[in-house]
Amino acid sequence: MSGLYLSGVGVLGPGLPDWPAAHELLGGKREYHHEPPPQPDARVLPPNERRRGAKSVRWAVAAAQEALDGADITAAEVATVFASSSGDGETLHQLCEALAGPAREVSPTRFHNSVHNAPAGYWSIAAGSQQPSVTLCAYDGSFAAGLIEAAAQVHAYGAPVLLVTYDLPYPEPLARVRKIREPLAVALLFSREPRAGTLGLWRVAVCEGASATRFPESLPPGLCTNPAAHALPLLATVARNVSETVAITYVNGCHLRVETQPWS
Amino acid sequence: MALRERRGALRCNDLESAAGLDTWIGRVDGLENEPVTERLAEFDCRNNRLAQLGLRQDGFEQAVARARRQYGAHRIAVLIGTSTSGVRECERAYCERDAQSGALPGWFDERHTHNLYSVADFVQRYLELHGAAVAISTACSSSAKVFTSAHRLIEAGFADAAVVGGVDSLCLTTLYGFASLELLSREPCRPCDAHRDGISIGEAAGFALLERADGAESGTTLAGYGESSDAYHMSSPHPAGEGAYRAMRDALDRAEITAADVGYVNMHGTGTHANDRVEDEALHRIFGHSVPCSSTKGWTGHTLGAAGILEAVIAAQCLAHGYVPGSLNVREIDPAFKSRIALEPVARDLRYVLSNSFGFGGNNCSLLFGRLA
Repeated sequence: MSGLYLSGVGVLGPGLPDWPAAHELLGGKREYHHEPPPQPDARVLPPNERRRGAKSVRWAVAAAQEALDGADITAAEVATVFASSSGDGETLHQLCEALAGPAREVSPTRFHNSVHNAPAGYWSIAAGSQQPSVTLCAYDGSFAAGLIEAAAQVHAYGAPVLLVTYDLPYPEPLARVRKIREPLAVALLFSREPRAGTLGLWRVAVCEGASATRFPESLPPGLCTNPAAHALPLLATVARNVSETVAITYVNGCHLRVETQPWS
Repeated sequence: MALRERRGALRCNDLESAAGLDTWIGRVDGLENEPVTERLAEFDCRNNRLAQLGLRQDGFEQAVARARRQYGAHRIAVLIGTSTSGVRECERAYCERDAQSGALPGWFDERHTHNLYSVADFVQRYLELHGAAVAISTACSSSAKVFTSAHRLIEAGFADAAVVGGVDSLCLTTLYGFASLELLSREPCRPCDAHRDGISIGEAAGFALLERADGAESGTTLAGYGESSDAYHMSSPHPAGEGAYRAMRDALDRAEITAADVGYVNMHGTGTHANDRVEDEALHRIFGHSVPCSSTKGWTGHTLGAAGILEAVIAAQCLAHGYVPGSLNVREIDPAFKSRIALEPVARDLRYVLSNSFGFGGNNCSLLFGRLA
């Protein structure tokens, strides 16, 4: 069982404009109020990249930046793990529409934006970071897959790792075949040793058999269709300042078990 | 065999769906007649057919069955690299949208075919494994990254062994996408040639079973690896090859060997003007003119998310048979190149082979393979 310290959090979603707001909600200090999805603050991107980057890029980097705000480490020093089930649906839709037309004219920018690691690429440019980066997915278990990767990196190298998990609703007609109702991005900064601002110690294990994530009752069902929402029960233990064992949806035949412990 | 006999697999584009694209492709024959059936029928699509065909080669299923008995199905991880998975199904579905509602046709199964995780899900179920599973998608470095991630999962105790692989199949997204960037060659690609004019897109599936080397006396080892980001541009490499250099340097450092210990470098070598020039620059910084380097994409084309595993398998073959494959289709090495580009095949005793994979987004991965005994 691999242990890792959580030292920074970023959250962006409807009704969850940042980590302090999510902390209040998940800690039971207020009710959930649905608000339209916020405009991500993507100031970290240089103007060219902000213009070219797709919507998912802005969501991912906004959460990533919040997790590093106040951390005693810069973006250029942190390896990254990006976990997203569905990438950028708008880009996929536009490419498939273009390819279904007679001319099949594809925009080169749209094509390079279609790679699953586009947010990671834009982030590395914005951060000036040559650190390793991996982008992965596992359908509704994408957060779990990202958490294992982050835990394994922290274990292997001892260096801090930033996990960014995000998904956005697909546009029509794809929205009918992959039902992600609300957008959400969550970023978590992990390290092997406690740092300034450490919030919790998590121990992660892969366990046999299926077990599904139980979402905090304060969260609306639509938000819980987002694969990134599987991070929220863990953040709820941080917000409530409790030690708990939490099951997280993963893939066929197994689930994650995460033991959380407050740290302050 | 195809390497030794200098038999290339590229052909003039004969995909009906992409007729009119003046390019060469590496197309796997017979996929049209080998559906995925029975308990996994819902996964049926070109990409998973290719995965199935790959899993049936070379006694791989039997090797996994042995590992399953040894470690247990839940202790073997599955990590598959892909850049487009079954996006061809989505492309087809968009051609059959309902004229009124715009809805996609009922046969389209997003989760089991088009979704990026589909191919990893398919492989995990096909092999009857129940452990950690993931699809890694970092464009053209995807199935090199599966090795580094698998190594860490085993080190951290999340698994005892891992099936790693890469699967990417021909689709319009990549064919027309690379065409839009003006990166498709009009002839079989010629990596490192003075007159190279782009890539030939191929398709491939490849797999490897990774276990701890404890006590093993023969076989291929993952001796080291290096990963980096260019932090420069989404689809152009860093002009000085800084990211490529860093990945290769880290691979050697992790293995605690020097450049002189490497007997052959299998380049990323796509055949685009920029990639090969920049890779040559980075290679020269580390290896000077002493270590033979070449790209095998003249045989296979650029199989994108499957390139990492395909070239890892080639590296293992080179190590096992003491062989540097050289290049195919190259007539004149780019006179500006400074590293030692191998044209002809030569026999050479190899202890270490380095394999490079670089992807869009500036995602770089170098794998160092070694030979035991």
